[in-house]
Amino acid sequence: MNSELVLRADVAVVGGGPAGTWAAIKAAESGADVVLLDKGHTGSSGATASAGTGIWYVDDVPELREAAMASREGLGGYLADRAWMARVLDETHARMEELGRVQRYPFPVGPRGPIRDDLQGPEYMRRQRLRVQRLGVRILDHTPALDLLLDGDGVVSGVRAVQRRSGETIEVRAGAVVLAAGACAFQSKTLGCDVDTGDGALMAVEAGAVLSGMEFSSSYAIAPIGTSLTKTAYYSWATFYRADRTVLEGAGSARGRSVIARTLLSEPVFARLDRATPEEQAAMRRGQPNFFLVFDRLGINPFTDFFEVTLLAEGTVRGTGGVRIASTDCATDVPGLYAAGDTATRELICGGFTGGGSHNAAWAAASGSWAGQGAAAFARRRGVPSTVRPTGTVALRPGAAADVEPQEILSEVQRTVLPLDVNYFREPARLASALGALDDLWGRSRDGLTATGEGLFRAREAAAMTAHARWMLHAALRRTETRGMHRRLDRPDQDRSQQHRLLVGGLDELWSAPEPQWLAGGRAA
Amino acid sequence: MIELVLAERCIGCDRCIDVCPTQVFDRGADGVPVLARQPDCQTCFQCEAYCPADALFVSPHVVPLPPDSPHRDGGALDRADLLGGYRRELGWGRGRSLGARTAVGPAYPD
Repeated sequence: MNSELVLRADVAVVGGGPAGTWAAIKAAESGADVVLLDKGHTGSSGATASAGTGIWYVDDVPELREAAMASREGLGGYLADRAWMARVLDETHARMEELGRVQRYPFPVGPRGPIRDDLQGPEYMRRQRLRVQRLGVRILDHTPALDLLLDGDGVVSGVRAVQRRSGETIEVRAGAVVLAAGACAFQSKTLGCDVDTGDGALMAVEAGAVLSGMEFSSSYAIAPIGTSLTKTAYYSWATFYRADRTVLEGAGSARGRSVIARTLLSEPVFARLDRATPEEQAAMRRGQPNFFLVFDRLGINPFTDFFEVTLLAEGTVRGTGGVRIASTDCATDVPGLYAAGDTATRELICGGFTGGGSHNAAWAAASGSWAGQGAAAFARRRGVPSTVRPTGTVALRPGAAADVEPQEILSEVQRTVLPLDVNYFREPARLASALGALDDLWGRSRDGLTATGEGLFRAREAAAMTAHARWMLHAALRRTETRGMHRRLDRPDQDRSQQHRLLVGGLDELWSAPEPQWLAGGRAA
Repeated sequence: MIELVLAERCIGCDRCIDVCPTQVFDRGADGVPVLARQPDCQTCFQCEAYCPADALFVSPHVVPLPPDSPHRDGGALDRADLLGGYRRELGWGRGRSLGARTAVGPAYPD
């Protein structure tokens, strides 16, 4: 595959969601020449632009910060890190202040000043795009990244991508790369996440990086059946019902989600937001208008009508697994490569419990900013390399038989990994059987997936989702206990001897190992 | 899933073509966008949010609707005041106040 077009930049940022835009902003502010690529469109792509989110913003009051950190430690299975939590809270505080002042984000104003713990997705992301543009960053929309480039010393030196409209490939040679390409929700139709296909993790591992926390990937969101509306906050006011309208005891949005999952294995589940007062109902409409957009169009009054719900897989988007972070500037284990947002592991602040919503949003702003600065500093020391080689495997190497289609692979991955009795309620025999099927699928992809032009990115998405599912289930088999969101039916308790993060990696042959040293004191191990 | 492009409202600005994360639209011969890849639609409503002419309608269903669905009838949607609803809530467009400024939900129950 020869690239038709070659660009040069100090820093290439892959992904234009919150993490990627903060990375581009901070790299450009450091004086770097930046190219930002997005598979879709910077400003409207991904989970944040579509859904909006709370953000882990806590006033700079020691007691409040302490309570915010303490509340997550046990939930996360004691795998989070206090020093990282503290610096993410500090950085988020600073970035949200900047968002209001420079991007002029219209935070609501309460009696004590701006209320900065919630972000409306479309408004946040369109302002991020404008800020990136005003800093002179070159934005390449509809340009999915394919693989990373290395120099002769194994230092990441750029990225290859394909321009969807022309089908032409492009090479961005850069002194450093930030991967902020989101996580993986297996195109389950969770809101805005069809673009989150695990591309970042695949590219990182192909270039030599390792992953961490991939077993924390069993997140499923409640949605009205047949819709993409995976906004779950307001189910705090819901009662859940069986088809005969009897109450489903123990079911709830937070602690009782497993009751919903268990029931869905054999019968439908209905919900009604019947615990909200008229005042709360009015506030909900103001708080999340896109939640009601869907109900209004369906002709459902969610406060008075029963509506059928389902659970949609959110994989590592609301899980916490991703590329291992090796230092405080969000460098990975490969020189020249930085990871941010959902592409990176969020265990540092969440441990093994979902980073969904507010923690992921805080992590995106903080890790994106650090990765952008780190990448700019690395590129400044190094310059832009001239000789590079590609690292991509599946669909990017000659010789494949062209006897399998991406859609075939995708359907098979979804059928294998999405079922609740595989990935939510985890049990060794079913995990092993699913992993075996996925290993076969990886082999078929490697030997049979080939594509040209625009089709390259669909082939790479299929490969990335296959790889992602394998890393998830491999790690889920290896962690022989229940911890955080990882639920092993055969091992329902926490095992003290497994109180460590679990690294996973490999392409044809997978491996896993406890993280040798914990990141401590906000410094690299 | 995106169901309608109302040609009589469309001003041919190409915003939907640009902002759609999954490239559902192509520019038609007459300048009005066509649904070239409807099955790729992820039902994220971004095209509607960005359409300055309220000329698009995204149904909340993640699969295409039958031709006789009211969600494929521009006149019926207009009469039901369902066109441009997302944009109205966001407060995007001249003379509107930004929704983000007043987006404060209720305090969560314990």
